[in-house]
Amino acid sequence: MNLTTPLGDEVLSLRAGDQVTLSGTIYTARDEAHLRMMEEGIPFDPKGAAVYHCGPVVQDGRLVVAGPTTSARMNALTGFLIDAGVRALIGKGGMDPSVVEQLRGRAVYLALTGGCAALAAARMTLKGVYFEDLGMAEAVWVIEADRLPLTVGIDAHGGDLFEAIQQKAKTQFHQRFNIKQDTVS
Amino acid sequence: MMANPADTTLSDALAGATERALVESEIRLPPDVFAALRRAAADERDAIARRELANILENIALAEERQVPICQDTGVPVIYLTLPPDIGLSPDLFEGVREGVRRATATIPLRPNVVDPLTRENTNDNTGAGMPAVHVIPGDRLTVTVLPKGAGSENVSRLGMLLPSQAAQIPKFVAETMLLAGGRPCPPVILGVGIGGTFDLAAALAKEALLLPIDTMDEYEQELCDAVNALGIGPMGLGGDTTALAVKVKRADCHTASLPVAVNVQCWACRRATVEVKR
Repeated sequence: MNLTTPLGDEVLSLRAGDQVTLSGTIYTARDEAHLRMMEEGIPFDPKGAAVYHCGPVVQDGRLVVAGPTTSARMNALTGFLIDAGVRALIGKGGMDPSVVEQLRGRAVYLALTGGCAALAAARMTLKGVYFEDLGMAEAVWVIEADRLPLTVGIDAHGGDLFEAIQQKAKTQFHQRFNIKQDTVS
Repeated sequence: MMANPADTTLSDALAGATERALVESEIRLPPDVFAALRRAAADERDAIARRELANILENIALAEERQVPICQDTGVPVIYLTLPPDIGLSPDLFEGVREGVRRATATIPLRPNVVDPLTRENTNDNTGAGMPAVHVIPGDRLTVTVLPKGAGSENVSRLGMLLPSQAAQIPKFVAETMLLAGGRPCPPVILGVGIGGTFDLAAALAKEALLLPIDTMDEYEQELCDAVNALGIGPMGLGGDTTALAVKVKRADCHTASLPVAVNVQCWACRRATVEVKR
């Protein structure tokens, strides 16, 4: 499926493991930007928005590279965005069960291949910035995306590909090293 | 005290070499890592994993074509110097490295990643108190090796003080490190494993193991690698055959009552480059 922002109910039909592309305006936000938005409000229209966990390298008003950062750092900082109408989170590595619940019936988590910063930048144009005083990595950059290749990591029905893979990995680990299921993390 | 002009020249040459090594490492992956990724892409059976690996290979080609860093987490530089016998260890050498890092930060450009650990204030030039870490080893030529290390993989690295009787538990400790890490360190990873030494030496060995070429593994390294790949975490934690491209081990002797084991996790972008300082 090809998604375009602002997003609507079409995200609700997606399932974990689906491969999609996304085009349109997206907003970067990392730890500091989340904290600032919680204090001062969201500087963009959050309805149908896509928030990208990313701290890009910007030079002379141009995106040099802009790959995804580890989303789990934002686990505890995400609820207010979903409540405000954000429909998609883009990042890498997945998020915890509290976020899976917050997404339920409302929004999705889309995984972009980690480290693919040149690939991402090749499909993005820089449009503007909020909170520039937070520094290059932590500012909220406004970006026009063109067909970003994404995998639905967490859907709006509680489906979580990362968790499913992690459970399988845990089973494999326990079998290989002969551990009773409840004795190790 | 007057600076010795000869030392200033050496410091400047080292700055230039450090900058060149950073440019090389940030934009182009070493051939052994690139080859391992291509092999993984050819062998992978999982459809999602295949696309992840295809994205990675496309990204590597685009970084080269656009002459931009492979990843936006351009890391913090870890530096290894080899010093020939006729060059004394002096503050000028460290200043040369720091100057090279500052220059590379502006020219490539690199993301300024170095901050105060508590106030989180950014120094904006990738140098700071105690940073970059510079390790000096004796050699026959003056060379600078850079290993820019991203935080996603560094943050899930792990050190265990095992008991001397637990040598057979090392594969479990290594696999468990990856199980706890999941997709967060951007797999497929390369694991540097340091076995023995002391608390600090094990960690240093684990990082040095990441400098080793990954086109070969000995039997023990292969056993560790197989244990990690059996987890099925796959590229980016989305599942698949390829969780680790390689595991490399460095050992040191240790106290009879200790068995330190360190696992330094490295994302697929295993960036490293060495430049000789011409004198």
